[in-house]
Amino acid sequence: MSAGSMTEIWVYLSAQPLVWLTLTLATYLLAITLHRKAGGHPAANPVLISVGILVALLLATDTPYQRYFDGAQFVHFLLGPATVALAVPLHGQLKRLVAMGGPILVALVVGSLVAGLSAYTIGALLGASAPTLASLAPKSVTTPIAMGIAERLGGLASLTAVFVILTGIFGAIFADGLLRRLGVKDEASIGFALGLASHGIGTARAFQLSEQTGAFAALAMGLNGLLTALTLPWLLPLLAPLIRP
Amino acid sequence: MTAALALLLAFQLAGEALRVALHLPVPGPVIGMALLLVYLILRPEGPSTELRNTAGGLLQNLSLLFVPAGTGVMLHVGRLADEAWPIAIALVASTVLGLLAAGLTLHWLARRPRGAGQ
Repeated sequence: MSAGSMTEIWVYLSAQPLVWLTLTLATYLLAITLHRKAGGHPAANPVLISVGILVALLLATDTPYQRYFDGAQFVHFLLGPATVALAVPLHGQLKRLVAMGGPILVALVVGSLVAGLSAYTIGALLGASAPTLASLAPKSVTTPIAMGIAERLGGLASLTAVFVILTGIFGAIFADGLLRRLGVKDEASIGFALGLASHGIGTARAFQLSEQTGAFAALAMGLNGLLTALTLPWLLPLLAPLIRP
Repeated sequence: MTAALALLLAFQLAGEALRVALHLPVPGPVIGMALLLVYLILRPEGPSTELRNTAGGLLQNLSLLFVPAGTGVMLHVGRLADEAWPIAIALVASTVLGLLAAGLTLHWLARRPRGAGQ
């Protein structure tokens, strides 16, 4: 086959949703294999590896993100039913969750305030611009909630989505090692911290550890999303004048 | 598998409808998760084997589902470069603080009197 006809085939295929859908799944399978080969080491994060390979492929083939997403959207769509499915492990851990109701609520309020307000405060002290700060503040909650909050605060929804993803990957890589080093070894606390600070990507990491860790992460993700949506839009305007007179 | 998938989608749809109708600040799938949890509590036999398997299959591959959105990072590389340091430090420090605040609080409050975890 000549190089010319190969190019023609590629030009045809790369415009079809099928090729990017297939490459998304193939890249993920490769990432999972690497993750296993690394003994499940959190730095070999499957989302990070997959995104790295796909971005390199898209840049090398000069493919716009929108054309990639035309294929990958079929995978993206499953995030909705997967979020609903988190109710099943939550139900499985219900007795423990209810028994720990008091501590969970306190940890939720403390964690939610620290995660939301510290991003804004640190960014402001380092001189980040106002739209960046507003996009950064809701970084610990799941993407659709974070984008809504950022828009109400004068941030940029698409920039927020990037911060949310980066926060998720960072938390998924470092959370359990960091907490274990400080003597926090119980599945409930590790899962809860992962879900609260790193939303769905942290929850995906928690399910790699155990189903119980995953259930606590799912709970923390849902509760923190709700609490942040209700509190951050009026807490930040109160905080802003204190940091930037 | 089809019935379980239909159930998950139906709860997502119900969550979406509730969100629009009541102007809730939480996304439809998260409301759907809460509704499904209530349904499972009210159902004496809990989740069916089929639902358990389908949910397990989706959640085992949860990382995959973030890949398409994550690849969107490529659109913002230029925008991130301008304020790279404030963004990187604020994001990393604040995520660590959030993790510690949530994890340590729950650990301290929930540990048994004899001091588990030491």
